[in-house]
Amino acid sequence: MDILLQQLINGLTLGSVYALVALGYTMVYGIIGLINFAHGEVVMIGAMVSLSVVTGLIGMHVPLPPIVIILAGLLVAIPICMAIAYTMEKVAYRPLRKAPRLAPLITAIGMSIILQNVALIVWGRNYRTFPTLIQPTPYNLFGASITDLQVVIVGLAGLLMGGLVFVVQRTRLGMAMRATAQNPQVAGLMGIDINVVISAAFVIGAALAAVAGLMVMTYYGIAHYYMGFLLGLKAFTAAVLGGIGNLAGAMLGGILLGIIEALGAGYIGDVTNICGFPFLSDSLQQQCVSNDGQVSLFGSNYQDVFAFFVLILVLIFKPSGLLGERVSERA
Amino acid sequence: MTTHRRRKKAIPPKAWAGVALVALALAVLPFVAGSVGQAWVRILNFAMIYIMLALGLNIVVGFAGLLDLGYIAFYAVGAYVYALLASPHFNIHLPFWVILPIGAGLACLFGVLLGAPTLKLRGDYLAIVTLGFGEIIRIFLNNMNAPVNMTNGPQGINIIDPFRIGSFSFAQAERLGGIQVSGPQKYYYVLLLLTIVVIVINLRLQNSRLGRAWEAIREDEVAAKAMGINTRNVKLLAFAMGASFGGVAGGIFSATQQFVSPESFSLFESVIVLAMVVLGGMGNIPGVILGAILLTLLPEVLRSTMEPLQNVLFGRVLLDAETVRLLVFGIALVAIMLYRPAGLWPSAVRKRELEVPKVVEQ
Repeated sequence: MDILLQQLINGLTLGSVYALVALGYTMVYGIIGLINFAHGEVVMIGAMVSLSVVTGLIGMHVPLPPIVIILAGLLVAIPICMAIAYTMEKVAYRPLRKAPRLAPLITAIGMSIILQNVALIVWGRNYRTFPTLIQPTPYNLFGASITDLQVVIVGLAGLLMGGLVFVVQRTRLGMAMRATAQNPQVAGLMGIDINVVISAAFVIGAALAAVAGLMVMTYYGIAHYYMGFLLGLKAFTAAVLGGIGNLAGAMLGGILLGIIEALGAGYIGDVTNICGFPFLSDSLQQQCVSNDGQVSLFGSNYQDVFAFFVLILVLIFKPSGLLGERVSERA
Repeated sequence: MTTHRRRKKAIPPKAWAGVALVALALAVLPFVAGSVGQAWVRILNFAMIYIMLALGLNIVVGFAGLLDLGYIAFYAVGAYVYALLASPHFNIHLPFWVILPIGAGLACLFGVLLGAPTLKLRGDYLAIVTLGFGEIIRIFLNNMNAPVNMTNGPQGINIIDPFRIGSFSFAQAERLGGIQVSGPQKYYYVLLLLTIVVIVINLRLQNSRLGRAWEAIREDEVAAKAMGINTRNVKLLAFAMGASFGGVAGGIFSATQQFVSPESFSLFESVIVLAMVVLGGMGNIPGVILGAILLTLLPEVLRSTMEPLQNVLFGRVLLDAETVRLLVFGIALVAIMLYRPAGLWPSAVRKRELEVPKVVEQ
């Protein structure tokens, strides 16, 4: 029971990060129908920039409380990520808005490679460890442990998502976004500057991505120039799971995916344990004896595979996602 | 049947002379390259493997207009099938010609399995699913060394059997008719033969009923459907055929390298092959071949010029060629799509389609 609860807590933490990243995908997709492949790299850049700022500040021995140092990192990372997303949209996507669908997809993958390799040049090939500024304090919750860091991550993610929903539902910019998503031409006729709206979607997504990047890094304690790829893929899966183009869907999908992954990684070893079968070969039986009856076909090193299977299953059985509208073949 | 028969013209002797010259040039090329260094013969061989890969991807991306970002997974399947069936790892040593169809078939099966659920949906989904699939295959290859050692994990499989006919091994150097012929030089001719076969198949496919159906789907899927094309099956066929070419290229890669590891099949490899197709000109076979050759040679040129240049300028190597190579590929993808969307050597139809229309539609 406590293992289940533990996995749920871990899944919720990871899931709220996925949800933040998924919002970036889903906003852009909802408005211009483009999968921004490079969004995962924006998360990575956010993580890397804040890591550099934090290590820099610590290196200078500035007498600041840890929380301020982390906030400083975030405050530098957010504008940089926003600038990258803005430039990316302007340079690589905007000129191709009327081009065949294949063209912006290819530039998106190109942008993703460019960002990755720029990061590789700037931050190097090795894993970078995040300095332990705050030692997460574990608390006991019905037999499972939950750290204050996890609480902060989930809480902050919830707050940001609430803020985004407010912006989209209650402000003029949000209204313009919804109008553009429904019909860009007509929205343009109503006096909405579509370019501004589209840029806004990219920039807001990038700000959320920067926060998500910092969260992932403090949670795992490491960052790497390649980290954006899988994270982006998972967040995209989350967006599809919830129904792409739908904000609530992205949040739901992110959290569900986080939980599926955590439960999957936690239980796959037991589920695929093959020691109970009588038809084992001798060598396998010896392995069973030496490993206390625990020899699994798949271990938790397959954690990254779950998101992909979720994606395939959703696409087969409910391509519109949990909360989304029907996805037509070609819009 | 009679409607598509083309009138056969007698080929003028001048053209034959041209063909003969090209054939002669291709025949002596490995010896010219070999006189510079055996490394260049290997590069030539790689160029041909990449040509096969790029032509396979071209069927999917160029002809049918479906973006496949995990193409390297099929290459990996072909390579590992060969590695497992012709190495001491399982102590199975099947001959090349038996394994090649198995590898191609298995890659094709994977292509169908992957394509079937996604092809009904919009193209973007296919792109992301294939992207994930490429990564998944790599994760499986990396981890399938326990509890039963299938793939030997990250260490990869080595001492793979070389390509051989009877007792004539293509891996070792020997004197043939008074000329010293190295292993890579022998492989060159095998690869050349295979590449020519792949090119001919591609040319025939492009002008076939199927090839025209692919192009129709790429241009306008709804119209193609209205013309009676079973779009889903035809797209699936593009996917399957592209995948099997990838499988073939993987098999021959395994045989020439005699070593495979999951590292060779990263996402970047997919992007590199995609860059070749895009740079050369999607849908145009000569263009794709050109793209593959250019982008295989580019990193070698970078390696041999950039690092010494940096040593002279800064006294040390600041940027290694490998990083710059990928950066260049990324920039090339973006720049080509922005400024020359039909590629360096476009096909006429594709050029018309990919250029941004001057008059705004709708």
